[in-house]
Amino acid sequence: MDFERVDQIIDRYNGEESALLQIMLEIQSENNWLPKEVLERVSKKLAVPLTRIQHIATFYKAFSLVPKGRHKIHICMGTACHVRGAARVLEKVEDMTGIQPGETDLDLKFSLETVNCLGCCALGPVMEVDGKVHGKMSPVKTGDALETYK
Amino acid sequence: MARLNTPEELDHFRKELISKRDPKNPCISICAGAGCVASGAADVIQAFKETIKKEGLAATVDTKGTGCPGFCEQGPIVVIYPDEICYVQVKAEDVAEIIEKTIKENIPVDRLLYKDPVTGEKAVKESDIAFYRSQERNVLCNNIKIDSRNIDDYLAIGGYTALAKALGDMSALDVLETVKQSNLRGRGGAGFPAGRKWEGSRLAADPIKYVIVNADEGDPGAFMDRALLEGNPHSILEGLIIGGYAIGAHEGYFYVRQEYPLAVENIHLAIQQAREYGLIGENILDSGFDFEVFVHQGAGAFVCGESTALMTSLEGKVGEPRPKYIRSNLKGLWNHPSVLNNVETWANVPLIINNGADWFASIGTDSSKGTKIFSLVGKIANTGLVEVPMGMSLTDIIFKIGGGIPNGKAFKAVQTGGPSGGCIPAEKLNLPVGFDELTQAGSMMGSGGMIVMDEDTCMVDVARYFIAFLTEESCGKCVPCREGLRQMHRILTDITQGKGQAGDLELLEELSETAVEASLCALGKSAPNPFLSTLRYFREEYEAHINEKRCPALSCRELVSYTIDPQKCQACMICARKCPVDAIDGGKRKIHIIDQERCTRCGTCLEVCPPRFNAVTKLSGEPIPEPPSEEARMITKKSKKE
Repeated sequence: MDFERVDQIIDRYNGEESALLQIMLEIQSENNWLPKEVLERVSKKLAVPLTRIQHIATFYKAFSLVPKGRHKIHICMGTACHVRGAARVLEKVEDMTGIQPGETDLDLKFSLETVNCLGCCALGPVMEVDGKVHGKMSPVKTGDALETYK
Repeated sequence: MARLNTPEELDHFRKELISKRDPKNPCISICAGAGCVASGAADVIQAFKETIKKEGLAATVDTKGTGCPGFCEQGPIVVIYPDEICYVQVKAEDVAEIIEKTIKENIPVDRLLYKDPVTGEKAVKESDIAFYRSQERNVLCNNIKIDSRNIDDYLAIGGYTALAKALGDMSALDVLETVKQSNLRGRGGAGFPAGRKWEGSRLAADPIKYVIVNADEGDPGAFMDRALLEGNPHSILEGLIIGGYAIGAHEGYFYVRQEYPLAVENIHLAIQQAREYGLIGENILDSGFDFEVFVHQGAGAFVCGESTALMTSLEGKVGEPRPKYIRSNLKGLWNHPSVLNNVETWANVPLIINNGADWFASIGTDSSKGTKIFSLVGKIANTGLVEVPMGMSLTDIIFKIGGGIPNGKAFKAVQTGGPSGGCIPAEKLNLPVGFDELTQAGSMMGSGGMIVMDEDTCMVDVARYFIAFLTEESCGKCVPCREGLRQMHRILTDITQGKGQAGDLELLEELSETAVEASLCALGKSAPNPFLSTLRYFREEYEAHINEKRCPALSCRELVSYTIDPQKCQACMICARKCPVDAIDGGKRKIHIIDQERCTRCGTCLEVCPPRFNAVTKLSGEPIPEPPSEEARMITKKSKKE
């Protein structure tokens, strides 16, 4: 991500320190992850210590300090989905992709994360891939759904 | 869009809007909430709009994507006004027929009507459906009627009347007194009296004050706030402005969790439209009151639902709670008096201003007034959002409205209050819902999440699940929570894996006591509740796991084995093919056997075995039956069932 774009985002919030979280969320959303140089740039422009930025980046689940794959898989682990068997869906995804939550595979094809409730509980268990919600998943249906992603 | 400068202009504009809408003209409302969208509602809306246009009906037929009415199990939902004809599980392919039959000829499409699973009767109108009948949907009722992305719809149903009344006819003190008298208690979980919280801030000497909407709905399984934020954002906004007026705050914040992107979008849009109409900004409706609103997104931290952590996060920092020696309504956001309330609490404020404190106080029980929205999820026939008066029994909610447990399974427990709550067993189901009533049973009402569990749910696993969740979400600031929960998690995981030991339960109880007494914030203090309540009502399950290495619910993977019943197996080969680790040996007409060494207990074989054979069973704590001999495994034509 080029520094010009980073600066644009920061300027939109008038360089306010309290907007730090919102700025980082926008960068995360556009770039899919937070490269170290970008965080250093934010630190410099907002006059905020890098350690504080790293504290935030490691505290909140929304941020990733590693690159993401082409397809982002989110498995809902909320209570309603859990009770309907989300753990098995997660296992199936781990088996098929070879990665654990928080990781990206070596081909940069899939990234896997768990989410604590997407609010679509009637469709549980829920797997979201690239923003598309796949509902009423079972281990078998999960396998079938993942095969469609190249 | 012209600015509405006075209450009279607002009223006049509203009347104009209403006069332009013929109530006899059909209006097709399609739920555009996140759940229905995930089931394909966007395609349905698109199909309706295109077909209506193609048929030249656009002048008299209105089509809109609306807010979530809460009947999520049956989505996508379509309601056609003015007759209120309700269709469920609608697909884009159904649209042509609906337009031909219902719009043009006023005939319902029978196959799309909701069929009551108990009586078998079809319901034509929305109000005929048993799910809705016992509800009192004061807050939620408008979701299906309005396009949440269009302020005019909200105005047409009377929106912002309360704001005009508060700013025009009432003093700030009048508004405060009204909210106090109504006995409105916070809907976020703690149930603190809203009026008292507001009063504290109002009386504070500091000229800078804030009002905040806690839209960080973090309890897994709870999505009441999502439906309101997406479906009727103006109802919350109106409440917030009124609150600001009452305490003397000129800035309001929405803190919305980023896992709800549609809610964030709709709130932004609502604020923008309200600003264009002059309902936010300077000198609102000629009252001299200025008010601005900002939106911040959360970044995926459950603890940020706690009020002091939320405020810290709003300040651009890590969401760590602060000790409450001085409450945040006196020293909150940037150390100024701040009133933070839940989405549902704010949404009730316009209703209270419009209908009066006495009206609100006439609903509910002595200590819990008004209605409450619950998200009824899990092992339940009718998953969705349910709004009922406080005091309704859990039995009525789960069985009368929820339709009971599907697939003929037995009810086991209902989990309320999210990770801070507990499990309520069958013998306590006659308890009424309310702030104080469920605490004596070892749980709490919380923000409204109600997760129903059946005989297949392992209660030890439920405790482990919640502790795992909280261990991860703990901010790490204080030792009892950070270290205590981590150890509880380790012990509970061991128990579910058959590694439980004598003394584990006592140790868990000790750790629980420490967390409850010494944690900094409510996350840690209430974290042991799911464990303590499941121990209280399901102690025998814990003992079975520890002493017999047996999971009575046949759920915990390490304690369960899968086996194929040779009497039922028809050697169809489906499970053998689908087994991900090739652990099933068999062939056409050769009864299948599971190799227990290779089996990973994934459950695929049970899932794929055709229901008419039903040959796969789960065992726990008992020896696996010997497989049949090689000759006995061959199915001969004589004994093969047709």
